[in-house]
Amino acid sequence: METFLGIDYPTLWYLVVGLLFSGYAILEGFDYGAGAWHLFLKKDLSRRIAINAIGPIWDANQVWLIIGGGALFAGFPVMYATMLSAMYIPFMLFLILLVLRSSAIKFRSAEEMLWWRKTWDIIYFVSNTLIAFLLGVVLGNVLQGFEIGPNFTYQGGIFFSFLSPYAIMVGFTTLSIFMTQGAIFLLLKTEGRLYARITFLLKKGMIFFIISFSITSLYTLIFIPGVADNFKETPIFFVLPILAFLAVANVPRLVSKKKYSYALVFSSLTMAFLLMLVAFQLYPVLLPSTIHPEHSVTIYNAASSQKSLGIMLTIVLIGTPLLAGYFIFLYKTFYGKVKLDDTSY
Amino acid sequence: MDTEILARIQFAFTIAFHYIYPPLSIGIGLIMVIMEGLYLKTGKKAYEVLTRFWLKIFAITFGIGVATGIIMEFEFGTNWAVYSKYVGDIFGSALAAEGLFAFGLESTFLGILIFGWNRVSPKVHFISTIGVFFGSMFSAVWIVVANSWQQTPAGYHIVGEGLSARAEVTDFWAMVFNPSSVDRIIHTWQGAFLAGAFLVLSVHAYYILKGRYVEISKKAFKIALAVATVVSFTQLLSGHSSADGVAVNQPAKLAAMEGHYDKSAPADLYAFGWVDDENQKVTGLGIPGGLSFLVHQDFNAPITGLNAFPEDERPGQVNAVFQFYHIMISIGLFLIALTFYASFLWWRGKLFETKWLMKIFAFSVILPQIANQVGWFAAEMGRQPWIVYGHLRTSEGFSQEVSSNQIVFSLVLFTVVYTLLLILFLYSLNKKIKNGPYDEAKNELEII
Repeated sequence: METFLGIDYPTLWYLVVGLLFSGYAILEGFDYGAGAWHLFLKKDLSRRIAINAIGPIWDANQVWLIIGGGALFAGFPVMYATMLSAMYIPFMLFLILLVLRSSAIKFRSAEEMLWWRKTWDIIYFVSNTLIAFLLGVVLGNVLQGFEIGPNFTYQGGIFFSFLSPYAIMVGFTTLSIFMTQGAIFLLLKTEGRLYARITFLLKKGMIFFIISFSITSLYTLIFIPGVADNFKETPIFFVLPILAFLAVANVPRLVSKKKYSYALVFSSLTMAFLLMLVAFQLYPVLLPSTIHPEHSVTIYNAASSQKSLGIMLTIVLIGTPLLAGYFIFLYKTFYGKVKLDDTSY
Repeated sequence: MDTEILARIQFAFTIAFHYIYPPLSIGIGLIMVIMEGLYLKTGKKAYEVLTRFWLKIFAITFGIGVATGIIMEFEFGTNWAVYSKYVGDIFGSALAAEGLFAFGLESTFLGILIFGWNRVSPKVHFISTIGVFFGSMFSAVWIVVANSWQQTPAGYHIVGEGLSARAEVTDFWAMVFNPSSVDRIIHTWQGAFLAGAFLVLSVHAYYILKGRYVEISKKAFKIALAVATVVSFTQLLSGHSSADGVAVNQPAKLAAMEGHYDKSAPADLYAFGWVDDENQKVTGLGIPGGLSFLVHQDFNAPITGLNAFPEDERPGQVNAVFQFYHIMISIGLFLIALTFYASFLWWRGKLFETKWLMKIFAFSVILPQIANQVGWFAAEMGRQPWIVYGHLRTSEGFSQEVSSNQIVFSLVLFTVVYTLLLILFLYSLNKKIKNGPYDEAKNELEII
């Protein structure tokens, strides 16, 4: 098997996919999170400002989902196909909600009528909340494992089986961390009374996160078999949960000092450490089979050919610096508080 | 209904709906680049006003295009799992390149394009416009490459058997430049340019007829007419080149397009007609031996007909393929006539006085849209029964674990949401047109 810097190609691609989905969770996470606070903001103007806070960047942030999805399809087609067809209902809901959400952003402030705006406000709030929740639910399902038989055939339930108690808990945890991120991001973008209101909401968000995260962690340790196996083999990785804890503990301190950019960095780090934890815990499995471990989808039996992975790693090496450049330019251009003008939503 | 049919209906519905928007974005993108370029070059306010106006419409088409496009990216996995595993190794690199090189470019610069007027210099804004336009063109490249590979696979070998069989890349560039890629990319781009140009033509013809924003509309109309005239003609050439490729690589598809059944006989070229699949007969108006002439420059040259292929290796819906294909051709020819005549009148200085012609332009926006849709329908239905030509059947490609109830559920959701989206799109498009490029209360002279 070919290697680069001593790491085999499937593992490298695993890191690439992990990185892309982390980018998605961190960047689009605060967009969804901001949207999940939408109905907690009462005034029409506040809501409009909140939407325009993410206005110029949400489309770009969404690129991470598109590239991540493409990377999964490209590098681990078996994983992509098995997960999406087995999780048909949650993914279809997720996709439809994405359409509704982008419609809400585009059309909400296009009319003056109160009923129009209120309807879109509700759609916007519900879609953001459910998208964040469903992403967590899918992650919860992956952690728990699917009923996969020989030849990667899914044998589980089809309509509501994705809503297991554990998956629901991971769903709430994801929602809560996105909401924390979202509130910090809104603090960066707002002023005056709206800003004061969000400072208040952020506290609620953090409490929500700490509670759901604690329950989920306990649940994972008690009910998910084999969770700590990888950690027993390589104890150095116990540093990850500790880092995640330290990063989240740092957030309230930075918020009270009004250093919101740093607070956003640290809450993003929390998310990054947690995702690394998940990635490390699964490796080299992508999708555990609950029927028999030998039916599990792994990075080796799901991977594309060495040749194809080599091509794609080259594409990533060329494309990523370009993309990073675009992002820096975009974020620099729109740094600072929201100022509504004739180009705003 | 069985899952295969439902999965196909859902895919056809979601892709057809999606395909209303990206061609408009690419086409409007081109016109915007020209308008903003003229603004920077001449410094005339009129071109800035036009750019800003079309940017607003571009923003909607682009937004809906992205939203409905994400669905396509994941629908391969949800509904076509076997197919996804089969082509992942090939499709993958094309999709990864699309995401990183093309979509990354368009989506990041879009923010600057739409919200950055007051934050960046005119030059940087113009560069962003070009970035978004190139990004959207480049997106089309990779997607069409992936689709072309399904039509004319190249640069691969098949590994494994049965459910675990899959295609693997052996030669990346041979895969990218498979026999039909280049023709189809150019054909797709030009179809998109026409879709955008005709929207611009339609809106400004409407203004001219109503006597609103007349001077500025004449400028915009001329830009779009120049694009439409050139492209409608070159589209004929790329269409011809594309059909030549089909004759070599997918003879069963070509035969279906003209309803040609005889194993080996000269084939006719129809202007219009009706295919009676049972009796293998076409009733219509055509040039005897015309297809033979187009392909081999000889009216008597034999063309491989549908009967040369086993029943289960040729398209089932011959009449549908025939009709879609001929609608596309008729529209293409009409657009050439329309734009050439309009350009002639422009040269004679009578273009904007010819009211009936302006009326045709006001309504003609629908024509490239129809041509784009039916062209793809002919291409995809003509590919049947294969999902990967010659290798994997459509009936083998869908997700075995998904039930028909699940698809009905998602199909109903798509129908409801997409209907709503179409209404919203038309409503906001209409509103933006009614509001116009600038406040009419102001003196038009100040703007022009």
